Amino acid sequence: MKIGKGKLLAHFKHPKKHQLNRSKAGNALLFTLMAICGLFMVIPLVMILNNAFKPFDELFRYPPKIFVRNPTGKNFKDLIVLMSNSWIPFSRYILNTIIIAGGGTIGHILIASMAAYPLAKLDIPGKKFLFSIVVLALMFNGTVTSIPNYMIISYLGLNNTYWAVILPAFASSLGLYLMKQFMEQIPDSLLESARLDGAGEMSIFLRIVMPNVKPAWLTLAIFQFQTMWGNTGSGFLRSEQLKPLQYALYQVASGGVARQGAAAVVQLIIAAIPITFFLICQSQVIETMTTSGIKE
Amino acid sequence: MQALKKGMIISMKAKHPIMKKIKKYKTGYLMMAPFFLLFFLFTVLPVVISMGLSFTNFNMLEWPKFCGWDNYLKLFLDDDIFPIALKNTLIFAVITGPASYLMCLFFAWIINEFSGKLRAFLTLIFYAPSISGNAYMVWSLIISGDRYGYLNGILLKLGLINSPILWMKTEKYIMPILIVVQLWLSLGTGFLTFIAGLQTIDKSLYEAAAIDGVKNRWQELWYVTLPSMKPQLMFGAVMQITTSFAVADISIQLAGNPSVNYAGATIVTHLMDYGSGIRYEMGYASAIATILFLLMIGTNKLVQKMLGKVGD
Repeated sequence: MKIGKGKLLAHFKHPKKHQLNRSKAGNALLFTLMAICGLFMVIPLVMILNNAFKPFDELFRYPPKIFVRNPTGKNFKDLIVLMSNSWIPFSRYILNTIIIAGGGTIGHILIASMAAYPLAKLDIPGKKFLFSIVVLALMFNGTVTSIPNYMIISYLGLNNTYWAVILPAFASSLGLYLMKQFMEQIPDSLLESARLDGAGEMSIFLRIVMPNVKPAWLTLAIFQFQTMWGNTGSGFLRSEQLKPLQYALYQVASGGVARQGAAAVVQLIIAAIPITFFLICQSQVIETMTTSGIKE
Repeated sequence: MQALKKGMIISMKAKHPIMKKIKKYKTGYLMMAPFFLLFFLFTVLPVVISMGLSFTNFNMLEWPKFCGWDNYLKLFLDDDIFPIALKNTLIFAVITGPASYLMCLFFAWIINEFSGKLRAFLTLIFYAPSISGNAYMVWSLIISGDRYGYLNGILLKLGLINSPILWMKTEKYIMPILIVVQLWLSLGTGFLTFIAGLQTIDKSLYEAAAIDGVKNRWQELWYVTLPSMKPQLMFGAVMQITTSFAVADISIQLAGNPSVNYAGATIVTHLMDYGSGIRYEMGYASAIATILFLLMIGTNKLVQKMLGKVGD
């Protein structure tokens, strides 16, 4: 954190200050509640994990059971065989996903944050108007805009390129709104002193603003990666060479009853990738900020 | 948009204070340019086109035909399903909206009491329904209409019912079940944003509050935590409005579209029926989207006013 070294020292002096005002009974009550609710929330993950290891007869057992009885690795082997028989090497799909999900996430964070900073912290004319359009845009249903969107993308000649999926994702309104809300909390005095030192707005943005809102862009990374990972580019990416991994996995798994085992593993992979990304980002959100908050 | 503004500056060369300001913040505008250029192209323009289409008959095969307010008149006067869809949407908005919002806040707040890796893990558990994408799979097991459905199984065992209930085929159960599922799905965008927001609060504020006589965690929440995360609370509210008013997927997956007597219809399922179903009446679907849009804007105004009072 760039806020100041005094901050860090303060933390070591009062490492547990957050435990002020806590009663034991209250702790017990809240934590029991957490445990019970947690059990309900975790069911989908438990199901996906168990299904991937179920042998054939268990996948089709009726009534279905959540937990696997005789775990097997056969489903994984099946999937690997299916993948190696695919028309285009799987590495190509992985590359596509890295470009679409990776590029879409990084680009969005940069472009949205860069636009959020002037809206949050500079006294520029027209900012209220621009910001209110962004918030309003969140409220219009996507089903009816998909046709005009398709026409615009075709008109620009972006159809059947990565850009058709990435460019609209760069300018999603959610990211700008999220970043602007967090940037508002940065004290002006911090920016003012940097300005007195002769720093330009761009360098203030990169060196002071962005490090101070790290939890915000890490959270945005989770949202955006999840969205982009789920975006199979249907309608826009027609060539097989451009299609992302998620699409290819679904294709492999959709081969009728015989591929149900592989399909269960595909379900697992499709959930596991955003979850891994989630855990990396989320532990960073927490690590960076345990020592300090944004200080006035 | 940016280009337009810049053009104005050059042509006017005015000494007007606003023009001076625009000049002063040239970098600011340049920083906003990439986002707003793309945003205008891929978001604002499609929305404006859709709103325009709401005044036309458009079957996606022929060029749209202008028809004035016909779609809106039909929607309010001639559509038997729209009132049901509107009612259900408002029920979701009034019940699951605030309840989900409070759940997000509550769980984020408790998770914030834990530390380190455990906290990341707990966050994952509570975020699981939002990230795993198999809500339908889980809930269809629970509310399956035969005696193997978990809910029926439990009720039969307890002797509360004599024969299994076809939950999603019985009109009076559809909405309550959809509300429960929707609540189960509520820990999404708002929840993670609150967790991040809690991380940015200046921790010394808590010490100061303790000295000032804040006695327990509830007072701490009201007087310190919530006022310090107002921007996140506003954001969470907007996201909550956009999800509560747009409930559709879960209704279509669990109750079907159309559901029994349209008991699970919402404005968005109705819209999808026309916009992406078999009907292809894009003009009518756009009119529905525009009405939904106005509903959300109104609600947002109201909610933002209420949030202004937090911590007073």
